[in-house]
Amino acid sequence: MVTCVMLGLLLGALINLNGSGHYIQWGFIQMSLANLVVIVLMVIVFALAIVLPFPRRKRGNR
Amino acid sequence: MSIDTGAPPSPSTQDSEDSRQWTARVRRSAESAFPPDRLLPDRQPAYMASWIYVFGVLTVVSLAWVIITGCVLAVMGPSWWHVSSVGLFVNSLHLWSVEAFFFFMVIHLWGKFFMAAWRGNRRLTWVTGVVSFLVSVGAAFTGYLSQQNFDSQWISTQAKDGINATGAGAVWNVLNFGQMLMWHIVLLPIVVALIVGLHVLLVRRRGIVPPFELAKNGDEPEKAAAGTDPA
Amino acid sequence: MSRGARGRPRFNPDRDVEEWKGAYVPYDILKEAFVAFLAVAALIALLAIVFSSPDEHAVTLKSWSAVDPVDFAQTAVTELDGTSGTATYGPPYNATPDASQHIGFFEPNQWLGVHQPVDTAQDFVIGPLRTLPNQPATQLAITAYENAPAAQQTAWTTAYEKAVANATDVRGRLHVPVGRYGPVGRIIGSLTAMSQTGGLDGTLLSNGQFYNTNYTKPLLFLADGNYLAARADSQHLSGDQWGMMNETGNYPGQAWLWLYTMWYQVPPMNTSSNGDLEVWGIMMLLSLGFVFLPFIPFLRSIPRWTRVYKLIWRRHYRELAAS
Repeated sequence: MVTCVMLGLLLGALINLNGSGHYIQWGFIQMSLANLVVIVLMVIVFALAIVLPFPRRKRGNR
Repeated sequence: MSIDTGAPPSPSTQDSEDSRQWTARVRRSAESAFPPDRLLPDRQPAYMASWIYVFGVLTVVSLAWVIITGCVLAVMGPSWWHVSSVGLFVNSLHLWSVEAFFFFMVIHLWGKFFMAAWRGNRRLTWVTGVVSFLVSVGAAFTGYLSQQNFDSQWISTQAKDGINATGAGAVWNVLNFGQMLMWHIVLLPIVVALIVGLHVLLVRRRGIVPPFELAKNGDEPEKAAAGTDPA
Repeated sequence: MSRGARGRPRFNPDRDVEEWKGAYVPYDILKEAFVAFLAVAALIALLAIVFSSPDEHAVTLKSWSAVDPVDFAQTAVTELDGTSGTATYGPPYNATPDASQHIGFFEPNQWLGVHQPVDTAQDFVIGPLRTLPNQPATQLAITAYENAPAAQQTAWTTAYEKAVANATDVRGRLHVPVGRYGPVGRIIGSLTAMSQTGGLDGTLLSNGQFYNTNYTKPLLFLADGNYLAARADSQHLSGDQWGMMNETGNYPGQAWLWLYTMWYQVPPMNTSSNGDLEVWGIMMLLSLGFVFLPFIPFLRSIPRWTRVYKLIWRRHYRELAAS
């Protein structure tokens, strides 16, 4: 935790997300690139969660 | 054979007067609803073989981090993160834990929807889940109002129109920083924690919803002869 | 609910399920929770280190009047003559008739009434100026304005609004063309100067008390002008830019508000004077539908129809088929 705090202090932000934002326009829909990335990531993670195999466990009886 | 340990005898539930006590009744109801191996099971049904099942616990631990980081911010006060780089880092942890909370919660919601997880007397589990989502949106909103920066100025002066239109603005004043901060750090966390707690207890009480039953031809879910059998 | 033999409800696959009587496997839920706790800690620490968080400085009346004294003065005169957005808002700030949003007879804002009273002329202009010491000319101007008949006050403020539209800002000082606006010129000029020293921020917040955490008055004054809105527009935070979802800079915002803000972009809500109440009504209905989804036929059948469950439980179905 201390290392994280120190890294945070020293580095500030590695990637500066301040400044002018980027926006996507699609018909009447306007969305910030950041929000679009979050939503697309959610869909990808959901798909992966369903599709990726779950480790098989040894069965026991109740 | 009983051994006299000197401790007071435990109240007998055979005794009709003691068994009518509120304490005894609450304890018996709790024990009946949540026997220890249901409250903390060490086994789960074999059909739970998908990564989608981890998103509930990811949501809960994200909420834990929201609360922990929020408590650290509370230790130093609402202006700390504007004047301290440590404070800014803790604020960043708080922001990203909120983003993670909603990220995992929505995926959990999608999974539960496609599993029709309300089946088998689990409708209240669904209801408490959706209500905790809606209350969390409100809690996050009061957090954005409490930032004491340009973002909170804009959000409050815009949101006031929506809230005033409903009449709630007469009492719930989004331009009142003190009021919104107290809703954010006291009232809404208590409500979110209570609803999430109830939701988790319901999951333990009712169990994880079993799969749809496929018909013998492997297509449509089969209609069973009997009715429901709640856990 | 249809009933089968013996009066029991008929099995409905979208509502009911046979409880599991099959195999169980060992699973350590506390270990799972602990691992998840550490994983999320690592995730948010990484995100905080890489991206930090946004903190755009707040706008003050001082900064507004210094950067754009013309917009400040134009707003101030509308506060004085009661034509500003706040002055004509209606409840909960004042009792302006026919100002509340309504759907038919349903007008909750009007019913709840005025609970955050704001008199813009007194609270935003005259009251703060009255606190200034050693300003005899300003005090005389205020007295002259207050003692004039309403028609004269209106004539002065209207003339000032016309003149200040052509005002210039010379190194932060307001220069308004000459006109027949009586004492209003001195009143607004003094207020602008007071704001540029920071005195107006303090006076509007303190409201006569030492401690205060209620920013209603300074925020309403700021929101009446164009400066705050212009800054928001440049950051894509305006309502017609789906701004409710957005954050300053390139940070993700409140993406979960997508449906709420969507209704503001579509007719008739996007041009309706009752748009806020209409959107709230729609969202309340949709939220109720969401909460009570398990009770709603057709909607609760979507999971079975879409068959995503076949992917989720594919191992279970394979093992059932094999056995």
